Amino acid sequence: MEIFLAEYLPILIFLGIAVGLSMAMVGVSWLLAPQRPDSEKLSSYECGFEAFSDTRGRFDVRFYLVTLLFIIFDLEVAFLFPWAVALGDIGLFGYWSMMIFLAVLTVGFIYEWKKGALEWE
Amino acid sequence: MAEFWATYVWPTVVIVAAIVAILVPLLLSVAYLTYAERKVIGAMQMRKGPNVVGPFGLLQPIADGLKLLTKETIIPSGANKVMFLIAPMFTFSLSLVAWAVMPFGAGLVLADINVGILYLFAISSLGVYGIIMAGWASNSRYAFFGALRAAAQMVSYEVSMGFVIITVLVFVGSLRLTDIVLAQENLWFAIPLFPMFIIFFVSTLAETNRAPFDLPEAEAELVAGYNVEYSSMTFALFFLGEYANMILMCAMTVVLFLGGWLPPLDVAPLNWIPGPVWFALKVAAVLFVFLWVRATFPRYRYDQLMRLGWKVFLPLSLAGVAVYSGALVALGWVP
Repeated sequence: MEIFLAEYLPILIFLGIAVGLSMAMVGVSWLLAPQRPDSEKLSSYECGFEAFSDTRGRFDVRFYLVTLLFIIFDLEVAFLFPWAVALGDIGLFGYWSMMIFLAVLTVGFIYEWKKGALEWE
Repeated sequence: MAEFWATYVWPTVVIVAAIVAILVPLLLSVAYLTYAERKVIGAMQMRKGPNVVGPFGLLQPIADGLKLLTKETIIPSGANKVMFLIAPMFTFSLSLVAWAVMPFGAGLVLADINVGILYLFAISSLGVYGIIMAGWASNSRYAFFGALRAAAQMVSYEVSMGFVIITVLVFVGSLRLTDIVLAQENLWFAIPLFPMFIIFFVSTLAETNRAPFDLPEAEAELVAGYNVEYSSMTFALFFLGEYANMILMCAMTVVLFLGGWLPPLDVAPLNWIPGPVWFALKVAAVLFVFLWVRATFPRYRYDQLMRLGWKVFLPLSLAGVAVYSGALVALGWVP
């Protein structure tokens, strides 16, 4: 167990250094540069106009749809990782089991395609 | 006391030294990638590119960095301030942390974990959070639309990247990056898996929001996309993170398809050159193609981009998984 975790220690230290470095870069610039904010400078940029309304509003549902599709397929990829590594042991039976699973998902994918969930016009 | 030093302090010092040895060349190559981009594209458009600051303009990236460092950090009044500041730091840190598992040569890897490729895939997936945080926290139209586009585009192409990685793994039978490279000793995977290699390369272009898929920052319609409200070092962190991600994606391509640190042929003059040099040369070659693509192709439309991702690459890569693994199982070549 200790050896297993020891492999990940460099990654943890690396993460610490990376976060520290990025905070230091922003911090140093904050200290070095003159900060003279005013209300025009701090308003959000809309090509010279005053901001028409708050941005926290509705947006196109298709972005949401794409993300939902992504979750399904990314989960599928996550299932495939252990399968790909173990394929030598599970052989033909394992191969066909996964193909049936993929076929079921492909049926869903074809349905989405025909329903027009993938159309952007 | 001596034991405490031997078990805890010295290993930590060694690790920190190794991290510095990775970070310094990495950040230098990120800086000079921006220079190389301007020079290469300049040459392709019959211009000179930067040539004023220092000999051949070689000090240009440093001048740019110093200029950004001394600019005012602007936090828009309507923004969610904490999130606004965290987003660039998050993007930049992630693009660095991924390098912890990258094998630069035989045994030259900081953390040779047994799920290396999964770790890389996870880190590159997390990249989308930095962008969506930036777009949402800015509370600005352009930033928000840019972030939405970037997020949808990145997740769309990630799926086919995942399937392509699976086909490579079927050939290797291990998630360790060192094993993936060593499995290519006789034949680089780019040759038997050529269609997958192309899909992967184009997906990395989309994943890093590079031309011709640079819709999230389409200058003409979204000004600069998700980083429109950023200035000074917060902008620089996004910029550096983006370029570090580009190098990372090229390194991933090299490890998965182009034999990592291995020489093209294991013959006398070629295998005298040390592994890290081969690795760097290959990464530079793939990066050059990134720049070449940017100078050559016009930008895609958003519906074309989505069609390519979901209707072309996804079915093709899914079929690739079935065909390649089926062929290996049928021929009994599974490792």
